[in-house]
Amino acid sequence: MKTAARSLNSSGLTERIGQAARDLAMRCGNFAFDVISELGDIAIFASQILLWIVTARPKKGTLLPNFYAVGVLSLPVVALTGTFIGMVLANQSYTQFKNIGLESRLGAVINYSLVRELGPVLAATMLAGRVGSAMAAVLGTMRVTEQIDALISMGANPIHYLVVPRFLACVMLIPALTIMADFMGILGGYFYSVVLLGIDHSQYIRNSRDFVSGFDFFAGIFKSVFFGAIIAVVSCYRGFHCQAGAEGVGRAATAAFVLSFVLILILDLLLNILLDFVYLAIWPGGTTLF
Amino acid sequence: MLAPESTNPLQSNAELLVETRDMSLVFGRQTVLNRISISIPRGQTLAIIGESGCGKTMLLKSLVGLLKPTLGKIFFDGVDIHSLGDVELTKMRRRFGFVFQNAALFDSMTIGENVAFPMDQHGVPKGKNAQTLILDRLAEVGLPDAVVSKRPAQLSGGMRKRVGLARALILEPDLILYDEPTTGLDPIMSDVINELIMRTRRKYPVTSVMVTHDMLSAKKVADRIIMLYPFSRLIKGESQVIFDGTPDEIENTTDRRVRQFVRGEAGERLMEMRAARSESIGPGDLDTLKHFDARGEE
Repeated sequence: MKTAARSLNSSGLTERIGQAARDLAMRCGNFAFDVISELGDIAIFASQILLWIVTARPKKGTLLPNFYAVGVLSLPVVALTGTFIGMVLANQSYTQFKNIGLESRLGAVINYSLVRELGPVLAATMLAGRVGSAMAAVLGTMRVTEQIDALISMGANPIHYLVVPRFLACVMLIPALTIMADFMGILGGYFYSVVLLGIDHSQYIRNSRDFVSGFDFFAGIFKSVFFGAIIAVVSCYRGFHCQAGAEGVGRAATAAFVLSFVLILILDLLLNILLDFVYLAIWPGGTTLF
Repeated sequence: MLAPESTNPLQSNAELLVETRDMSLVFGRQTVLNRISISIPRGQTLAIIGESGCGKTMLLKSLVGLLKPTLGKIFFDGVDIHSLGDVELTKMRRRFGFVFQNAALFDSMTIGENVAFPMDQHGVPKGKNAQTLILDRLAEVGLPDAVVSKRPAQLSGGMRKRVGLARALILEPDLILYDEPTTGLDPIMSDVINELIMRTRRKYPVTSVMVTHDMLSAKKVADRIIMLYPFSRLIKGESQVIFDGTPDEIENTTDRRVRQFVRGEAGERLMEMRAARSESIGPGDLDTLKHFDARGEE
């Protein structure tokens, strides 16, 4: 009796495990399907934006407010965070470099990190948080309150009217914001290293000049253009596909930032690899991981 | 397939402006509209009624190309609108006016800019005449000149709806669509909107389609009423248009579902709630059901 009951229990357990595995596989499959179909939708959305950019001029009066919101209003926050990142870098690197007697090289490390990596990523992150979420929220509210339907019913194309100006503002102004983040970061790093930590001014400047090249500066600006495009496409897409209600708008704004940020980091890695290849093609003697 | 209860006599000889042929709209696995065929002659005011979720607004949005039907065709003035390219469809949209449920005014613009928006989009030159036209349209819907510089957020719901109507009328469209024009308004403001719709019809040779839950409004304004029924609740093979006739005919209908809607009776919904009660029910729901049960037994 006991053996039969144990065997029944065992077969029941196997069945439950099998069912759980099937459920898990199905959920994973559905998740993969959703991710792929969403990426496909985003790609189609991006291609529509590009098509509108090349086929029609932006509507009169739509560019300036977006350029103002993206560029002018983002400047203070980008400058402030850039300054502090420069100072934090100096603060964190100083002890490590002092231990091996290389504190005079601090300028090289701080400025290289800022120009190549932190400046563009920081500017893009601030833009995604400040502008991207706002874009998703505004367009989401327009979707929920039927303002986008109203635009279409009156003969306006919402991608042309709403998305193209935002896209152009992000893509064209993010290099300026990156330059501002670089500049303020360099200034912050210099102030902390030279004024507060007492590193020699001429050595700091010489090392910075020797280690940071024009290509590094170009690489940072080049990457930022792609980050700007990602922020605009993802945020506008999220706004356009917003679910109904206040919760839907909130979710669209959050998702716009999270997805933009993740894509910025992935794109950063891929673009760095690409730029290393380009660097090696131009200067074959250089060092790179690939 | 069961036929609708009656066919409208107005439909027979007049020239058609809008026609849907076997139009279906499916989202994923959910069929919202199934093989809808409606013909709307020029100059007619048609009210589409039906309970929430039956697809009235979807039908209205399909008529102006805001939604593309999964199957079937929609003709406007003899042209299949979904066969048109973007440029042609945009040109055709100059002939439509759409009054949205919550007006859908652009928050970032003033009232004047909102009303002028269709003119900008369709390249109508702006100038002194345009300004006069905007003020005239606002005056027609009973709004003073002072609202021109205000923002939508500064106006009441009724005023916003009237601005929505002024915006829809600015280019004197051939077809004007109203999505629940009186929803959310007090009875007096609802009647003001009804009067404006009727005045618009008298003043301009416009064809109107109105989606509404408000039977008073439908009976007052419409020449013809169509009732849609949710696809999921239909008997197999039955048409989704369960009533098509005049306001007088709807009063004397023999269809129980139409009668219940016109009189505002819950009917078999109570049975469904009772069935759902056995599955999941909260204490608040129980009180509501007892109240309904008591009313049903009276």
